[in-house]
Amino acid sequence: MVYFIVFLPLLGSIIAGFWGRRLGDKLSLYLTSTLLLISMTLSWITFWQLSSNHVDKVYPLMEWMNVGDFNVVWSLRYDMLSAVMMIVITTVSAMVHIYSIGYMSHDNSKPRFMSYLSLFTFAMLMLVTSDNLIQLFFGWEGVGLASYLLIGFWYHKPSAHTAAMKAFIVNRVGDFGFILGIIAIYSVFGSLYFDEIFSDVEGLHKLSIVMLGFKINVIELIAILLFIGAMGKSAQIGLHTWLPDAMEGPTPVSALIHAATMVTAGVFLVCRMSPLLEFAPFALNVITIVGAMTAIFAATIGLTQFDIKRVIAYSTCSQLGYMFFAAGVSAYPASMFHLTTHAFFKALLFLGAGSVIHAMSDEQDMRKMGGIWKKIPITYALMWVGSLALAGIPFFAGYYSKDLILEAAWAASSNSGYFAFWLGCLAAFLTAFYSWRVLLLTFHGNFNSSKEVLDHVHESPFVMLIPLFVLALGAIFSGWYFYNDFVGYNWKEFWGNSIFISEKHKAFKLAHYVPLWVKYLPIFLAILGILCAYLFYVLNPNLPKILSKKFYPIYNLFFNKWYFDELYDYLFVKSFIKFGNYFWKKGDEGTIDRFGPNGISKLVKIISSKSIIIQSGYIYHYAFAMLIGLVVLITWLLLDYGI
Amino acid sequence: MLSNIPILSSITFLPLFGALIILLTCSDDEQGGKNSKFVALWTSLITFILSLFVLFNFDNDLNNFQFIEKASWIPLSNVSYHMGVDGISLPFVILSTFLIPVCILASFQSIKKQVPLFMSLFLILEVLMVGTFCAMDILVFYIFFEAVLIPMFLIIGIWGGVRRVYSAFKFFLYTLLGSVLMLIAIFYIFSKTGTTEINEIAKFSFPYDIQILLFLAFFASFSVKLPMWPVHTWLPDAHVEAPTSGSVILAGVLLKMGGYGFLRFSIPMFPDASIFFAPFIFVLSVIAIIYTSLVALVQNDMKKMIAYSSVAHMGFVTIGAFSFTNEGLAGSVYQMVSHGLISGALFLCVGIVYDRLHTREINAYGGVADIMPNFAVFFMFMMLASVGLPGTSGFVGELLVLVGIWKTYPIVAIFCATGLILGAIYMLWLYRRVMFGKAIKEEIVSLEKLSKREIIIFVPITLLIFIFGIYATPLLDITQLSINNIIDITEFHQNKNTVSQIATLKD
Repeated sequence: MVYFIVFLPLLGSIIAGFWGRRLGDKLSLYLTSTLLLISMTLSWITFWQLSSNHVDKVYPLMEWMNVGDFNVVWSLRYDMLSAVMMIVITTVSAMVHIYSIGYMSHDNSKPRFMSYLSLFTFAMLMLVTSDNLIQLFFGWEGVGLASYLLIGFWYHKPSAHTAAMKAFIVNRVGDFGFILGIIAIYSVFGSLYFDEIFSDVEGLHKLSIVMLGFKINVIELIAILLFIGAMGKSAQIGLHTWLPDAMEGPTPVSALIHAATMVTAGVFLVCRMSPLLEFAPFALNVITIVGAMTAIFAATIGLTQFDIKRVIAYSTCSQLGYMFFAAGVSAYPASMFHLTTHAFFKALLFLGAGSVIHAMSDEQDMRKMGGIWKKIPITYALMWVGSLALAGIPFFAGYYSKDLILEAAWAASSNSGYFAFWLGCLAAFLTAFYSWRVLLLTFHGNFNSSKEVLDHVHESPFVMLIPLFVLALGAIFSGWYFYNDFVGYNWKEFWGNSIFISEKHKAFKLAHYVPLWVKYLPIFLAILGILCAYLFYVLNPNLPKILSKKFYPIYNLFFNKWYFDELYDYLFVKSFIKFGNYFWKKGDEGTIDRFGPNGISKLVKIISSKSIIIQSGYIYHYAFAMLIGLVVLITWLLLDYGI
Repeated sequence: MLSNIPILSSITFLPLFGALIILLTCSDDEQGGKNSKFVALWTSLITFILSLFVLFNFDNDLNNFQFIEKASWIPLSNVSYHMGVDGISLPFVILSTFLIPVCILASFQSIKKQVPLFMSLFLILEVLMVGTFCAMDILVFYIFFEAVLIPMFLIIGIWGGVRRVYSAFKFFLYTLLGSVLMLIAIFYIFSKTGTTEINEIAKFSFPYDIQILLFLAFFASFSVKLPMWPVHTWLPDAHVEAPTSGSVILAGVLLKMGGYGFLRFSIPMFPDASIFFAPFIFVLSVIAIIYTSLVALVQNDMKKMIAYSSVAHMGFVTIGAFSFTNEGLAGSVYQMVSHGLISGALFLCVGIVYDRLHTREINAYGGVADIMPNFAVFFMFMMLASVGLPGTSGFVGELLVLVGIWKTYPIVAIFCATGLILGAIYMLWLYRRVMFGKAIKEEIVSLEKLSKREIIIFVPITLLIFIFGIYATPLLDITQLSINNIIDITEFHQNKNTVSQIATLKD
């Protein structure tokens, strides 16, 4: 069955991609969606089977490459970690497929779109079911490719294909670290298979290598390199710049790839490598700190943006930060738990935003919306559900997972843990604030656009609303439903061997026994955030303007996304082009060619033009030359023989 | 059955036969041109099928040259016409016989003048390329290796672009300079060993300082062919001026002769010198990867950009070869084969649009994806393969090279891997500027879609790149034993060196 789950989306992608035009729009839409629905059903069934019998399996496919010890076999690994990822991926993907039937109804290359979506799903499934690091990298790059294709789906728009390119290249920077990490693992463990690597970690964790005169612990180095890869894919601070721009893609894409699945691949990687990371305390600290910084940093930007999708994108970035610092304090189950619940409510928010954008005739600027809740009440209600879950209001999905993460951070009782806890709490406040800012600006107040747009505002068709309902169910119940299995007392039995926490790291175990104020602070802050948003955008709408003027420098910093793009543009883009031109003009043409081939041919010309002078044709010239020659010869003979 | 037929010679000289037929029977008019095209295509196809016989009958478990043919040539000095293939040369033989029909098919429309001459030159080129890779006698190798220059020189010089004469001469000057030194080295080797058999020479161990000199002499020739930085500047010019099919062969096969030379001659014959020079070669290769990638980034000419990217990709080849590890050497061969296919296909892509618009300026394009959707797919695939996306052959080669070099010099691997980022930048940017956007310009809107012939050209290459990408074992198995031979030699000498170092320390 696992074969079917993984390969049905590929089948759909191939059919829609190659024969989509011949099949017609309708058939390709329904075909890909149906295949995905089957795949989703199967993955739930296998998930339930696995959670009752706990038998991990590896299904081999075929050999990929084999050089000496370096051997890679295509295979599908089915353990709890992949099973959880598979239900998340196939469920959200199936919903997005169905949603797209409605959302893309005005587009004229639907088969291509569906083909890309299914291709993405296949690559993502390959990623999570991989049994070795190289196949994982295949999936990793595959989802990157699908993301590139989908962000640039509307390739007529310059902003879209620029964003697509940016996403691919920034991800490549992460991949650079990832691939080196994989290679380092191979050189240390002599294997690329997870089981073999993990069984050897304990014996090798004190190994170190000397690089550039520094002695570096190899396991720490590997962990950091892998984390660089995770940072790229999961848009952590420094390598996050592509994610907001990726919103240029169609909204279903943002929901599937840039909220629920692909961006969580980094978190998945960290959890998958938990048996190795447990022996890299320094790297874990780095992960905690980077995660916490991303959580707060992205939230600050989310406060100031006006594009509805960008706000949600920054919120994704921030939530991924939570997942990372959870992993950083060794609370991997909590991290996976948040990944799952987040997938549901964030996909819901995105698709809800898509429904709004669809209703608003493709307007994304919240300043031009307002007061439309009566016209699209279902979308409005569902957006509320998503926001409540995101803010972590009790009994919605986000409440269970986010609170647990914060508690684990506190329970780690390390410096980085406290750091993450406080930044996380602050970010929780900001999250609630900007979520309600979105709701209030979009649905309440006065309508701020032309009348034609207002007249056109309409509730989305059922084919778009049904997926929203399904996801809303997830956003409400997934926290409650999964709590006991994922992070309850039996978590070890549930996750089996797929997650490992060293006995030394007690944060996750102690997370259930934190002081009461730690438990209630996040909820309190979330409610405070909602109230603040109400104060800012309903009671006193002038307040944001006054504040932004008063704290102009800070506001500007947030609004301009901390100037990361400008910095990178200056540091990399401009300097690369400068160096490229310099090497080309001064290096290749100015030095190598000038003194190389051109220089030689010039030299030959000069010499030959000089030697022409000697060949004058006058006999006395030649006679003179002969005379000189004779004199030289005789002198030489005389000197040589000493006569 | 097959052992009785001189199959390698048949593969080598069948195209010569075809070339003679073309030259003797086809006149330089329309009908003659047409006939010559088909004669050339069929000859090259039959040659390709013959070469597949060799491939299928090649024994991966046999640790030696196979299909050996030997005939005395200059009895006085023991020089003989001696042919054979092993795991290193076989992939290149197949690559050559595969790319030639593709090139001939690709130039059906684009070559307008002196078609019979062009077709026969291509067939002669095939003779010389296959001969180079099959030769087991160093003098025979040298003759084939150098003679390749002549048809290529003519192809650039006659059917090239505006600055074709300058490029052709630059190409000639560079490559000739290296080969003169190599010839002297070959004479020296003959005078010392009394044989020109490659196998025999490899058994002979030269004194250390002589090895250094001989290595440098061979290096002069191979590094120019490959090309390595800083002797690469002939390549962009040659590519820019060459006709499409000329570029394909140049990038696809001719560059590989340099890498093949390293694997066949430099490393097994002068192992101590190779070990000594390895760090130097790493430095040059890393410079090549970073420097030429940056230069590729700022090019406005599509062909020039791809040419520069070739230099960067070849940097991986030398790094892999001189890592002296199993993975590195296998990756080096793999990278050469894969780059032969990918860069060849990229030049074909440029040729497709060049035939229609007659410009290679990137800025003249934009929005082509709308008008030529099939082409967009092929070009996208080739671009991704060039970037080294897993699932394409480019990934396997680069990965194995990185694995190999990490084992010996992790720091080189780190620099080397930056090529993966830089490669993505210039290729994606190229694709974006050519293919994406709205097709506004009139000449773009009126572009013709891919013809059947053009699709037929692309399909086999695409499939091969894909299959080599997801199932690398067959090709790796072919090369495995021959690579083990090289490793045995280098390991022996590395150990010997450390032993002697320890001995001197003890003294």
